[in-house]
Amino acid sequence: MSVNYGSKRLVVGAHYGTRDWLAQRVTAVLMALFTFLLLARVLFSKGPIGYDQWAGIFSAQWMKVLTFTVILALLYHVWVGMRDIWMDYIKPVWLRLSLEVATIVWLLACAGWGIQVLWRL
Amino acid sequence: MTELASKQRPKRPEFRNINAFKDLTTYRMTPAAWVSILHRASGAIMFVLMPFIIWMFDTSISSELSFERFKAAFNIGMLGLPGFIWKLVALALIWAYLHHFIAGLRHLYMDATHSLSNEFGKSTALVTLALSILLTLVLGAKLFGLY
Repeated sequence: MSVNYGSKRLVVGAHYGTRDWLAQRVTAVLMALFTFLLLARVLFSKGPIGYDQWAGIFSAQWMKVLTFTVILALLYHVWVGMRDIWMDYIKPVWLRLSLEVATIVWLLACAGWGIQVLWRL
Repeated sequence: MTELASKQRPKRPEFRNINAFKDLTTYRMTPAAWVSILHRASGAIMFVLMPFIIWMFDTSISSELSFERFKAAFNIGMLGLPGFIWKLVALALIWAYLHHFIAGLRHLYMDATHSLSNEFGKSTALVTLALSILLTLVLGAKLFGLY
């Protein structure tokens, strides 16, 4: 993907963008479908939503696997979006790098917590 | 080229370093521009509040006992803040998700169909803004027990 233009090679932070642009959209589609699925399961459950109905939605193994995948998709989607924000507004390299590292730590911690909740259910 | 650069044309303003208070306030924001910046802002809000989202997932789903704590946070309060503050936080997340979701669908549709005319951009931007606010009001009324 990265073409080397001799000594004048343009080094940019976003790998020329296309891969992440596409990844952001593919993950968006996955999350949108998951949203509709979850919405349908909540709306079509009988009676008021209590603990049993809510936890029951996530108890099946296929739902856990799907939710796990969506968490990973979310991770990548948010990473692309937040990095765009830092690249647009934060000019000092040391600060931008620090914020990008903090973003990765923040996202990995959140994903780990979410996956832990999911799999001890 | 020489005609474009001739002296008859007034020099257009150039912005090398945009000042958030002096320059941004003079922008004429079209509906599509509002959708765009709010798409970014709503994403950032959800990023910042992500631990709260996972906390809600955790407590609502882990056990009957934690489910009661989940409900109590919104009905009674948590960490010294009354319940309605937490409901407002949840409402902010509801708006952020709805706006990000609808604006995202708009993006995907535009990418897929190359619908890039001014009219399409404006009308779908207005739909995005209106629909996300309307649904936020409907869900907010439910959240605060109005129906």
